[in-house]
Amino acid sequence: MIKEYSSILDVSGPLLLVEGVAGAKYEELVEIYTDAGEKKRGRVLEVDQDKALVQIFEGSSGIDVQNCRVRFLGRTLHIGVSDDMLGRVFDGLGRPKDGGPDVIPEALLDINGAPINPTARDYPNEFIQTGISSIDGINTLVRGQKLPVFSGSGLPHNRVAAQIVRQSRVIGREEQFAVVFGAMGITFEEANFFIQDFTRSGALERVVLFLNLADDPAIERVSTPRVAFTVAEYLAFEKGLHILVVLSDMTNYAEALREISAARKEIPGRRGYPGYLYTDLASVYERSGRIKEKKGSITLIPILTMPEDDKTHPIPDLTGYITEGQIILSRSLYRKKVSPPVDVQQSLSRLKDKGIGKGKTREDHADLFNQLIACYARGKEAAELSVILGEAALSDLDKIYLKFAQQYEEHYISQGENENRTIEETLDLGWKLLRMVPRSEMKRVRDAYLEKYYDKE
Amino acid sequence: MRKGEITKVSGPLVVARGMRGSKMYDVVRVSEERLVGEIIGLSSDMASIQVYEDTSGIGPGEIVYMTDQPLFVELGPGLIESIYDGIQRPLDIIRDQTGDNISRGVEIPALERDKKWHFKPVVKKGDAVKSGDLIGEVKETVLVTHSIMVPHGVEGTVSAIKEGEFLVTDTVCEIKSDKKVTSLTMMQIWPVRQPRPYRERLAPSFMLSTGQRVVDMFFPIAKGGTACCPGPFGTGKTVIQHQLAKWAEAEIIVYIGCGERGNEMTDVLMEFPELKDPRSGEPLMKRTVLIANTSNMPVAAREASVYTGITIAEYFRDMGYSVAVMADSTSRWAEAMREISGRLEEMPGEEGYPAYLSAKVSSFYERAGRVKAVGTPEREGALSVIGAVSPPGGDLSDPVVQATLRVVKVFWSLEDRLAYQRHFPAISWLNSYSLYIDDIAEHVNKDIAKDFTDISKEAMKLLEQEAELQEIVRLIGVDALSPEDRLILEGARSIREDFLHQNAFHEIDTYASLTKQYNMLSICLRYYHQAQEALARGVAFSDIVGMEVREKIARMKYQPESDMEKITSLNDEIDTAFKTLMSSGIQQEQAGEDADVREGIDTESEKQARSAT
Ligand SMILES: Nc1ncnc2c1ncn2[C@@H]1O[C@H](COP(=O)(O)OP(=O)(O)OP(=O)(O)O)[C@@H](O)[C@H]1O
Ligand SMILES: [Mg+2]
Repeated sequence: MIKEYSSILDVSGPLLLVEGVAGAKYEELVEIYTDAGEKKRGRVLEVDQDKALVQIFEGSSGIDVQNCRVRFLGRTLHIGVSDDMLGRVFDGLGRPKDGGPDVIPEALLDINGAPINPTARDYPNEFIQTGISSIDGINTLVRGQKLPVFSGSGLPHNRVAAQIVRQSRVIGREEQFAVVFGAMGITFEEANFFIQDFTRSGALERVVLFLNLADDPAIERVSTPRVAFTVAEYLAFEKGLHILVVLSDMTNYAEALREISAARKEIPGRRGYPGYLYTDLASVYERSGRIKEKKGSITLIPILTMPEDDKTHPIPDLTGYITEGQIILSRSLYRKKVSPPVDVQQSLSRLKDKGIGKGKTREDHADLFNQLIACYARGKEAAELSVILGEAALSDLDKIYLKFAQQYEEHYISQGENENRTIEETLDLGWKLLRMVPRSEMKRVRDAYLEKYYDKE
Repeated sequence: MRKGEITKVSGPLVVARGMRGSKMYDVVRVSEERLVGEIIGLSSDMASIQVYEDTSGIGPGEIVYMTDQPLFVELGPGLIESIYDGIQRPLDIIRDQTGDNISRGVEIPALERDKKWHFKPVVKKGDAVKSGDLIGEVKETVLVTHSIMVPHGVEGTVSAIKEGEFLVTDTVCEIKSDKKVTSLTMMQIWPVRQPRPYRERLAPSFMLSTGQRVVDMFFPIAKGGTACCPGPFGTGKTVIQHQLAKWAEAEIIVYIGCGERGNEMTDVLMEFPELKDPRSGEPLMKRTVLIANTSNMPVAAREASVYTGITIAEYFRDMGYSVAVMADSTSRWAEAMREISGRLEEMPGEEGYPAYLSAKVSSFYERAGRVKAVGTPEREGALSVIGAVSPPGGDLSDPVVQATLRVVKVFWSLEDRLAYQRHFPAISWLNSYSLYIDDIAEHVNKDIAKDFTDISKEAMKLLEQEAELQEIVRLIGVDALSPEDRLILEGARSIREDFLHQNAFHEIDTYASLTKQYNMLSICLRYYHQAQEALARGVAFSDIVGMEVREKIARMKYQPESDMEKITSLNDEIDTAFKTLMSSGIQQEQAGEDADVREGIDTESEKQARSAT
């Protein structure tokens, strides 16, 4: 039963208060018809007796208290899904944006999904080769992982993301990734960069794009990642595809959430973000993963720009508390022309241990990784010392480490935007660099591997 | 069943009218979907209800059913090896019945109803029993003998009791008092928000060994004690909690995944049945109960999950077991409280947390302790609680951290600086503390080695000296230090790298017995002492640090427990190595071949120059 009201009591920011409503439900979908004949959509945030508080996705411009009509649809926000969505472009709420026909849905799904039962999860442990050494060698990505890119304004996070999308594959398997891309508040230029890149690499027909651009309604953004995940879940767990979800930029998402929270006059948490930001982000991120006995999987790469490169800002901070590691881009590396400027010390893939080693990458991977990190850390320390005391004050060994760190940044971390290194190439490169350092320093590598890999050549 | 009517829905908070007669913390069922909720506020006939399931699609006018019972847990055989959500619904069975995603309004009992257990009485007809007395036993798993106890409030004479195979709901025993006959089953219920009683609190005097070197040697927790590990993301809170759940010397583990990742629970579910308890050789799962209310599951149930977990733990404590509870993460629990409090429009305290945050935190940790249980035979149980805290930005002034530090006795400070250096466990040896060291000293010194606490203190002193010296190094470089001071740096480095650093993912290094820990640290110190002496006798610093035996010291951690003599034999090897070094080293020094190394015996003038600055 659909009910229509014109009893708007109050409009403030993106919120609308309607009174005299009978039978409104929490989270119910609402349509608003303005005097000018425009249709907007919203959802119920709170119902108190006969008053319903509605969040309008498109913002409240054009809404007046007298003449607008509000229609309660008796259901929550659903989206029609189908595998025909591959290769299509939609807006932030899932309506076609590419001029193509409406999708004929195979299923109608609630965009909020339902939490995966922890006992149904399968542990992510399949290595994904991205062809980027600083990721494959040091911060290995596995299928079903959620690994965000923490970036800053002006850093090449989009290029890194595009390179990952382009190059990712599971070695020894032919199946391809399909990509679900959710854009929130990014500029036309940035969105276009991705579309061009997908087109050039021929990936576009394997991509579903949801675009909420910088000039699109901000409040709509709150639904964009949920819409994207609903499609991703369908493709992964019903259709058996391996899905890579890329969300950019989560900072804009969180800001939209803050706007709603402020309009509701909620008690703000840190930096004005609502206290439930953690729970809200988790309800998005945790939708990725693998499920036992299901063929497909969802791997998530959310991108976010850290305000002032501050990792303790609530958005990266709470993201880090939910995801399984993080790739941090460093401004100082970028200034040194190291690209992709992955800060390998602060970055971490927590699931790497289950995705590397014999049968997955190579037996020596874990030891090699530990040794590289240790040597690089020592080299960076030496670099710091030499800034204060001058290079001459360094011991001979520290000078070697200093050199190592420089070479490591230049040759290992830095690589071409189209350079796709196999895992063997990445590992061998690691050994090649380690040979700069005396063998007695290889404390983290067992002897057998030293003989097999370090002594080679 | 009495009913009320919904007037308001705001996220997990529902307000209903017509609720007169219900009590605070009563459980209700919301709408025809029968969502589970709990009354958390009452005023006249209105009740505020926190709902443990997703409320979308619910609205005013729908019905609220009252149950007139508080939120309780079912206690009895079948708890071990279970995985429950925050309000004790069995997640594995839910999956079998409703699929991979959690749906709403599921009603499945916590203890399996159609499984038979072998009940063996320990009392006989005619015996007088009272609350807490043991009446029988069930072998629940190879590791756990489940005591069946007389529920609280029951007292009388056993009028019937029989051995045999029973369901948890079958009567196994009848107790007659002057007024009536009570039929007892193997199952009892207990309201989660009410601590279970004990006869007497005892002082903590035994170490809960954890197999983690930095913990046991420097910041130990006592059986029945409390500990917390605050730290920014990715510093190893979950890993340390998992490590403790695996290796801590407890008989029962209750692991509460409170608002954290789904995959971490999967990890436990997959790993624990495979891993063997180092003491019994049996799978670790056979002593474990899991509570999983992950971050994407309803927020109010997260609030309940810690109470569900600790009540189950108290129940096993009452049987006389040493129980350890891990809660990862208590910050998510506090955030759930904050969210509900905000929706109730309560006056906020610090950072929006309710003013009663600190009271809730302390009453949670107060449920830990070593106790004499109620009833006969006399039993001593211990309940240790280890909570992770996830402060925003790693900032320790966070209200949850502060409220926690006021009650717990052990603080493991996890630091991102150490995590970036891949020094794991990233527990800072300078900022952490344990207030149990003196309480447990007597027993460890007796059981392991008489100088156990002494070497721990000496090693800690060395680490503190290192920190001071590093300040100087940072300003003027390492060359400005005397060889003695540089040796302190080397000794401390060896303690850090060869002892403290412990890889949770290495099959051997993941666990070290107290004996192994003691042996390892003694070796590190022996090397340092000998080195001091050698230096005093004129051996060059560079020769000391370059000794080959150091490589063996570095590999001690990878020696299995069964090869302990490979570690202890290093004592002799170190002695011999130094003897050789001293005879040759001093000759070299005399021959003046050591010119490129500035170290050696300090000249008097250098010493003066240093003391002048
Ligand atoms: N003892 C250890 N040995 C080896 N690696 C460790 C150890 N402790 C932590 N790590 C590494 O640190 C990573 C992060 O640890 P963990 O997941 O416990 O962090 P956390 O503090 O729980 O973070 P969050 O707050 O985000 O949950 C692990 O995935 C692992 O790679
Ligand atoms: Mg954790």
